[in-house]
Amino acid sequence: MWTWIHRLASPKTFYGYSARAARWLWVVALLLALPGLYMALFWSPPDYQQGESVRIMYIHVPAAWLSMFAYVMMAGAATTGMVWRIKVSTAVANACAPVGAWFTVLALATGSLWGKPMWGAWWVWDARLTSELILLFLYLGYIALANAIEDRDTAARATAILALVGLVNIPIIHYSVEWWNTLHQGPTVTKLDKPSIHLSMLSPLLLMALSFTAYFGAVVLRRARCEVLERERRSGWVRELVEGQDG
Amino acid sequence: MERLDEPLFSDLSFVVDAGRALRLSGRNGAGKTTLLRILCGLTPPTAGDVRWCGEALQRCYPDFVADLCYVGHVPGLKGDLNPVENLLFHTAGRAASGVSPEAALARVGLPPECEETPCRRLSAGQQRRVALARLLLTRARLWILDEPFTALDPEGRGRVEALLGEHLRGGGLAVVTTHHHMELESDRVVVLELDDGQ
Amino acid sequence: MGNSGLAGMLTATLRRDLLLAYRHRTQLANPLVFFTIVVTLFPLALNPEPQLLGTIAPGVVWVAALLAAMLSLEEMFRSDFDDGTLEQVALSPYPLSLVVLAKVAAHWLVSGLPLLLLAPLLGVLLRLDTVALGTLVATLLLGTPVLSLIGAIGVALTVGLRRGGVLLSLLVLPLYIPVLIFAAGAVSNAQAGLEVTGQLALLGSILALSVALAPLAAAAALRISLS
Repeated sequence: MWTWIHRLASPKTFYGYSARAARWLWVVALLLALPGLYMALFWSPPDYQQGESVRIMYIHVPAAWLSMFAYVMMAGAATTGMVWRIKVSTAVANACAPVGAWFTVLALATGSLWGKPMWGAWWVWDARLTSELILLFLYLGYIALANAIEDRDTAARATAILALVGLVNIPIIHYSVEWWNTLHQGPTVTKLDKPSIHLSMLSPLLLMALSFTAYFGAVVLRRARCEVLERERRSGWVRELVEGQDG
Repeated sequence: MERLDEPLFSDLSFVVDAGRALRLSGRNGAGKTTLLRILCGLTPPTAGDVRWCGEALQRCYPDFVADLCYVGHVPGLKGDLNPVENLLFHTAGRAASGVSPEAALARVGLPPECEETPCRRLSAGQQRRVALARLLLTRARLWILDEPFTALDPEGRGRVEALLGEHLRGGGLAVVTTHHHMELESDRVVVLELDDGQ
Repeated sequence: MGNSGLAGMLTATLRRDLLLAYRHRTQLANPLVFFTIVVTLFPLALNPEPQLLGTIAPGVVWVAALLAAMLSLEEMFRSDFDDGTLEQVALSPYPLSLVVLAKVAAHWLVSGLPLLLLAPLLGVLLRLDTVALGTLVATLLLGTPVLSLIGAIGVALTVGLRRGGVLLSLLVLPLYIPVLIFAAGAVSNAQAGLEVTGQLALLGSILALSVALAPLAAAAALRISLS
């Protein structure tokens, strides 16, 4: 097991392996999304309170889960890259950032769309949406710092520290926003949370979540491949690859 | 060592013994300052390691650093403090050589009336002298000096060379980058030429 | 050497930073003036009617304090970085995190403490009652050191960058949000006559966590910026 991970750390092996892995993950994502969407849009029952608009939840909730998952992955990969000096790991971390940010945007957009039919407002200062917004700021900060530092190795280490600091802060931010929300809750109950979990609602939710995860994996691997290729442009195997393509 | 994704130098290997000085030379941009910073442990090398007394830097870093005095390109002085205050700060918490800041400043040739002036108002050459005075206040065995002779007049250069010679004779080590030819016993100086990618 | 060496170095760092701030004492007032102006902007932009002012006061004072703290962060490591003294400090045999703690303490004494002393005055301008004012001072006492500590991490990450100012705000402000929420919430509660011990305890724990972890992160970030 460890030797396999060790071999993955070599840019050349990673480059070869990730192409195949990404293709498989695309397929898995699609295979899970089709039944997931069908169940979400047609098969699962409408909520007795919210009617059909609850179906947005099947995109919103998995997107929010993925945005958190992506951040944890990002922090983990960045730390591994910094501590053990594995460039592939850093490339993966850098790849997670924009993908995670887009998932956050998706969660915010779908949350907003969900809120409109219910409360007639495009934005509600609900605990989850506010937390997602702050998470988006953390992502944007990471991306901004990565772009601001010119030397790639220095950028890798600095963004790793930022990601870790963010990771430690995320629970604190969540808790504080929850508390803030309960403090200022009006008479109407802001409930973008899942309604009572019933199997008919849980299964499409999980299917969509798994599908998103596979999609996330595929996109991150592709992006990381690009960065690895660029970083290693001067090494032998890349030159062979390029020459092989020309010939 | 790579900087901004471009290699600076590779396959470097050398040893400096007690009583010897290593002089780094090479054209501008060859990576001399980067190499010095790697030796100090400020910049991590892309590959390879630095050893002090046989041990890797990471393992003996506090002891290494206690035995090191680094004077870089930038003087390392607070402009709002006068030379004596600056030197006193540098000795705080470190093993002192017993030399007073005033005596050290005298040895590097700083006029006594400058001792109370904020360093901001000193000339570049005077600031360099104050920075080098630090060397006398510690009991560091390794001196790493980046272009120590910049901005110094011939009298200043002579003083610094004298200090360096004395340090080497006392069993100290030095790594120096300079374009200026040093008047030291030639068997004590080893020259390392940094060329493109070498 | 040993213990007295470490204590000697830390006190020397603290004294030197305070001395440097003293030599620049005319500039110390700038964040305070900024603080006052920002607080004044709100009654000007909104209705200066006492009821309204009273409701928004806790938030306004805290947001203004936050922004003033952000402004003063720039001084923390930048001048040391530029004149080469920071790398000399990094080359000391003592843990850089402790030196960072000493520097942050000096920074707080120079910029956070004055905010604390000025805030009650501004609270009166915004019609806060005495109980709320007391809570305001308590939250600032617990909160401003956290702002300095977390800010130190941000400054350490951006100190080597040429135009790090706005990036610094982008990095640090999201991390300030919990402190803002609990502190402003506490003062609002005090105004309404409710319990504030919970929020103060939370602020205290955030402070403890920051004192323990922020210097380590900031020291690591400084070494990265220096490399």
